Amino acid sequence: MNGVPRRRSTLPGFGLTMGLTLTWLSVIILIPLAGLFLKTFDLSLEQFWGIVTSRRTLNALRISFGLSFLAACVNLVMGMVVVWALVRYRFPGRRLFDAIVDIPFALPTAVAGVALTQLFAQKGWLGAPLAELGIKVAFTPVGIFIAMVFIGIPFVVRTVQPVLLDLDVEIEEAAASLGANRWHTVFRVILPSLIPAMLTGFALAFARAVGEYGSVIFIAGNLPNVSEIAPLLIVIRLSEFRYADATAIAVVMLLAAFIIIFAVNRLQRWAQTRIPAH
Amino acid sequence: MSEPQALTFTPRDNIHTEPRVIRFVIVALAVLFLLIFVVLPLIVVFASAFSRGLSAYFAALTEPEALSAIRLTLLIAAISVSLNLVFGVIAAWAIAKFEFAGKTFLVTLIDLPFSVSPVISGLVFVLLFGAQGFFGPWLQAHDIRVLFAVPGIALATIFVTFPFVARALIPLMQEQGTQEEEAAISLGASGLQTFFRVTLPNIKWGLLYGVLLCNARAMGEFGAVSVVSGHIRGETNTMPLLVEILYNEYQFVSSFAIASLLAMLALITLVVKTILERRLDEGQVPSDD
Repeated sequence: MNGVPRRRSTLPGFGLTMGLTLTWLSVIILIPLAGLFLKTFDLSLEQFWGIVTSRRTLNALRISFGLSFLAACVNLVMGMVVVWALVRYRFPGRRLFDAIVDIPFALPTAVAGVALTQLFAQKGWLGAPLAELGIKVAFTPVGIFIAMVFIGIPFVVRTVQPVLLDLDVEIEEAAASLGANRWHTVFRVILPSLIPAMLTGFALAFARAVGEYGSVIFIAGNLPNVSEIAPLLIVIRLSEFRYADATAIAVVMLLAAFIIIFAVNRLQRWAQTRIPAH
Repeated sequence: MSEPQALTFTPRDNIHTEPRVIRFVIVALAVLFLLIFVVLPLIVVFASAFSRGLSAYFAALTEPEALSAIRLTLLIAAISVSLNLVFGVIAAWAIAKFEFAGKTFLVTLIDLPFSVSPVISGLVFVLLFGAQGFFGPWLQAHDIRVLFAVPGIALATIFVTFPFVARALIPLMQEQGTQEEEAAISLGASGLQTFFRVTLPNIKWGLLYGVLLCNARAMGEFGAVSVVSGHIRGETNTMPLLVEILYNEYQFVSSFAIASLLAMLALITLVVKTILERRLDEGQVPSDD
């Protein structure tokens, strides 16, 4: 993929399929996204800055990014526990639990949203016992956090799983035969080679949680400055016909998303240099 | 992967694995976490849907509003899956079968919708086709409705499901190379004949895999569709939007009845996906992310 055609392909259709691909990509993805950026030019820099740094917007961004970060941390730790159990141990129902990990990907977000709300509401199966302990989950920032953990579950598991499966057992045997105890082998030998995959999973879970809407808004409470996420604020501004406000918040979130894509690409390149391809 | 066994180990295992107590704790933590965060919400959906009995459940599903939402969801899925199927195959052909500059960048652009918040995926079409949008005045003058109508919902759905088919096919077609197609061409087959007789049979499982995931997302999309739909009752509400409306009106049985259909769609998708992955494992595997 170094740009220069290595040899002329004898297969037909390159021009046609490439032309159609670029056209379709432009019509559906690139022009609409470019329109979003163009729209911000309606605003002066001060206006843009004013919207982005208004108290309500800042709080919404802080809630979205802050809670997403916390949720991604939980996903990293629990993802490692789950992936370790799935790959390294044999236990009854292991294959079923392996399949279950994908449910947050597959379940429509609105369904997840109403289900989590029902579960954690004051009279819900988990909400009631938690309320007795004095912990309120639904309609508070804790609820947002719970929903973000839910949708982020598959990322760390699915990025680390293939790497852990591929890891050479011989390296572990070598470490053990050189006198390393199991603790050392796991933390000094195995874990370092998983770090790029772990960080990739973390970044993907974080990015997903920041942009998430459906599974969060039901359980969130949606109180401005307290439990209002940035995507919801975009929707609210749109319903008030304050398009410029909606666009400015969207641009900030898109730029954050681009930075994360870039980071993930670098991480994957890093992973490739660390682990020789099989 | 071997068949599941009980938690047993021999003394020799000590250098390869953790002490029995730690193994038990890790498995217990993993299982407990998945049960609480994934299985329990799924059970809540069905328990709430059937909480007033079967007749209430089926009555909720046969309400005119529910039927119109189901019809609209199927229509939108049919439109967006078939368009993304055709263009996904075309894009995969161009990317997997030829070498050109900027290929990695093109793949990143195709993946872009996965990183964009669903709300923003809807917003971009509001900015294009809304009353204050770029094409808004022209559309109004010609009396064409895009926003708050089927075309807008379809566009937003096509946007969010854009990468699925291409992404399932590209790694598969790259691994299969071009030799078989070149042989067919040199024996005098036309391009289309080569595609339908040689390439398509080779990629059919991968194609089905992409279509499956694309369809699941198309039927379940909420955020993007919510922004462009306008929530006109009986007209522009898809199933996920109706779940929201009924839930906010405290019609829990009706809301969860619709939600249970979507949950079943998700479960069926997962089962078929697992079967397809096993079939693809025998040949080549499309990367999952």
